[in-house]
Amino acid sequence: MPEPGPIVGTSPIRKEGLAKVTGRAQYVDDITLPGMWYGATVRSTVARGRITSITFDPTIDWSQFTIVTAADIPGENTIIHLTKDHLCLASEFINHPAEPILLLAHPDRHALHAAVEAVHITYEELPGVFSIEDSELGAAGDTSKIVWDHPGHGGSANTFKTFLMQKGDDPLPDAELEKIFAAADFVVEGEYRTGAQEQLYIENNGVIAEAFLNPDGTLDSVTVSGSMQCPYYLVHALELVFNLPAEKCRVIQTETGGAFGGKEDFPSVIGSHAALLALKSGHPVKICYDRAEDLIGTTKRHPSRTRHRTAVSRDGKLLAGQIEVALDGGAYATLSAVVLSRATIHAPGPYHWPHLTVRAKAMATNIAPHGAFRGFGAPQSLFALERHMDKIAKVVGLTPEELRRRNFLSTGMHTATGQHLSDPVDMQGLLTRALKESNYHAKRAEFDRTNPTSTIKRGIGFASFMHGSGFTGSGERRLNSLVQIDITPEGRPRILVSSTEFGQGTNTILSQVCAQALRIPYEEVLVAQPDTFLVPNSGPTVASRTAMIVGKLVERASESLLATLGLSSRSAAEGSASCDATEPPTYAPADFKRAALAYLAQHGTLVASARYQAPGNIFWDDDQYKGDAYPTYAWAVYVAEVTVDTLTYIAEVKNFHALQEVGKVIHPVLAKGQIEGGIAQGIGYAIYEKCVYVDGLMRNNQMTNYIMPTSADLPPIHVSFEETPSIHGPSGAKGIGELPMDGPAPAILNAIEHATGISFTEIPLLPEDIFERMTRTPDSGTEDLNAIDLDTRTEPSEVSA
Amino acid sequence: MSAIHLTINGQETTITAPPMKRLLDVLREDLHLTGAKEGCGEGECGSCSVLMNGELVNSCLVPILQAEGATITTIEGVAINEKLHPIQQCFLEKGGAQCGICTPGMVLATHHLLDKYPHPTLEQIQEGLAGNLCRCTGYMRIFDAVQQAANEGSPAP
Repeated sequence: MPEPGPIVGTSPIRKEGLAKVTGRAQYVDDITLPGMWYGATVRSTVARGRITSITFDPTIDWSQFTIVTAADIPGENTIIHLTKDHLCLASEFINHPAEPILLLAHPDRHALHAAVEAVHITYEELPGVFSIEDSELGAAGDTSKIVWDHPGHGGSANTFKTFLMQKGDDPLPDAELEKIFAAADFVVEGEYRTGAQEQLYIENNGVIAEAFLNPDGTLDSVTVSGSMQCPYYLVHALELVFNLPAEKCRVIQTETGGAFGGKEDFPSVIGSHAALLALKSGHPVKICYDRAEDLIGTTKRHPSRTRHRTAVSRDGKLLAGQIEVALDGGAYATLSAVVLSRATIHAPGPYHWPHLTVRAKAMATNIAPHGAFRGFGAPQSLFALERHMDKIAKVVGLTPEELRRRNFLSTGMHTATGQHLSDPVDMQGLLTRALKESNYHAKRAEFDRTNPTSTIKRGIGFASFMHGSGFTGSGERRLNSLVQIDITPEGRPRILVSSTEFGQGTNTILSQVCAQALRIPYEEVLVAQPDTFLVPNSGPTVASRTAMIVGKLVERASESLLATLGLSSRSAAEGSASCDATEPPTYAPADFKRAALAYLAQHGTLVASARYQAPGNIFWDDDQYKGDAYPTYAWAVYVAEVTVDTLTYIAEVKNFHALQEVGKVIHPVLAKGQIEGGIAQGIGYAIYEKCVYVDGLMRNNQMTNYIMPTSADLPPIHVSFEETPSIHGPSGAKGIGELPMDGPAPAILNAIEHATGISFTEIPLLPEDIFERMTRTPDSGTEDLNAIDLDTRTEPSEVSA
Repeated sequence: MSAIHLTINGQETTITAPPMKRLLDVLREDLHLTGAKEGCGEGECGSCSVLMNGELVNSCLVPILQAEGATITTIEGVAINEKLHPIQQCFLEKGGAQCGICTPGMVLATHHLLDKYPHPTLEQIQEGLAGNLCRCTGYMRIFDAVQQAANEGSPAP
């Protein structure tokens, strides 16, 4: 065997790539079990109300079907996320359109559609709440608008969760804060809104479930296989629905055709449903949604409203800020509290705020529950902030660049949660490089020169931002993740993790980390299929945590394996220092296999493990909402170039530069692919993708009218990295998965403002919105700076520009 | 039920199926060729793409009746004697496949594109693949893969 060089930092072929390019990869809908039936869901046709009757149309031979209602649930009628408000099947009250009420199963998939249509349900309808504002009326005591009331969560009705985040150990009381506002040279206010966004994985949600009985006919165990991110979340959900212990609930991830957060919490719903049908029918049951059902029935990104009020000095220093973040959580709490948490912590961005108060809340509406989507709250609050920073710049009379330069966080400073930035942070350097690489200054000048005489207006804008890697606050401590590596009979290491591959490269990067630590070729490393009967709980595959947190555990487990085998590992001897593959190894790759096989021959099995250990210098206070919010952050500056056609009102992104500091890049090709894919979703978020809701129901639930970017819609995307190693990740890697979702939308709208002079404040921004604003119809999601009550006592601002 | 004669991946086959059954379902259910995927069922996403008489079609929109006498190539027929087709090799090396669900359709769309334009411009690639949606990559790695496949010269199907 040749001696391997460094593997981390190179781009080997992805582990499951061959199966994917040959069409042999088995996604859940490609799998058929003997005797398998198919399942379907009967859903509510009203947004809110009470079920008054259910009748089965006699044109269907119902004896051929298995029918499951809430009464068939052996355990609790709940889908557990953070609370138990979310029913597995509605039995009396309906809280959102397309809420699951009944389940049907039949041996012939093609028989289901007509059967679903033949279940007739009548309702006593109640008025629904479909906006944050209406939900706030309920919270304020308007009983006709109370749609969710579980005391002890958010404090008041309709409120899933609230956060209060204040800068400093001894934050100023409101009256003192007001004095800063009163004395400031400028007070700049703004309101910004973002819409729902569909993950639009190309493989819809789908699972296959089996139920196994004891000899006496009682339920022994259930198994669910399918498309998902977090197998252990589904184990937990099944435990409650079936009243079984965890070891009787087996969950297996099959090849997953995209997820983006859309398969984080939702598989708990469809997995429980399929398992209920399997139990009652006595057959394995597959449920694979079609696109229309996936779009009306599954989670989307939380719509948001963010308000900023900022005190600024005449030289452009942020003096104090008040930020209010409100998310529309939909009908049930699901993950809204943690989405809100990330939104809250990212709301201040990469800036120094001497005084800051963030008040955040997640509100209930009668819309299908919103859930996880790449970015997880941060894209919403960073959109607001980075639009607001451009507005402040305009008011103060500085360029967007200069305003940010005067307020950037840097090494040694403290974030709004009081986190001391001990890792190097160089936003100034990132901004300089990003503007140079995108030729920003020359283009800005050129567009300013040519726009007055062109019907096509060009603009360039940017956004500066960061994204925390790993679970928020004390989350990683609670997860207490475990990673194992065992040795196969062939003497090859096999990584055992519940961390799932859904395109982002989990299998590949973890294998690189393992190969590098073991000093063996990448091709030697295997990754087990995530099956909760085989792999330990390495935590959910979310929150930009896999490369950094799980990768570090794989590195440690590898070192432990070497120690067990008595192979010297310089890095193990040096404690937590990353292994330096440029150092010559003290053994050949063949020695590893020989030692592993000898150990197996003597002891039978060999399993090395590593459990998460919170770094001693990381601390978070949940009650005060203070401390080290994340182990570390990735930092970025994105630059967008746009055109706005003043004849068609179409805005297009023409060029995009993305520079980010992400620690060590483990696999440059995969990393670029992650960034480019995130930017494409961000461009869609900004100017293409709109969920059209009518009475809480998504009406454009087709790929024909929910428009995501095609290959013809995207500009060249130029991706560059800065690599400042972090001690928290393997070889210094940090998280990158969610970062690229945060920057595109504000960069694009900043560029559109440069092109048109119009400050749009809401996304998605479609041609009809631009048309409305340019033809001066009010209320089209923009604002006129001249009409805003600015405190301009001391300085005239260039607001008329 | 109708008897339909067609050639799939070089093999002549007779299918007995309802005439309006979708080609996609015939491939997946009757022939167990599951490489073609259903992403939308309405011809928007292209993940069910196959080549029919050399043209790129969405197999979810083709009733099997229309495939009478047709020659069909699916992803299962692209690799040559178990050796990867250069397009597949380029998708592997350039990171053109992430989650992989669009990849079979994307590979066939590339096949079709390179038949038409052996050395396509970026614009021709963008237009040629615009009927195949990918949510993971942002398409940039796919463009790289197609360009490399074109540079290496891809044999006709």
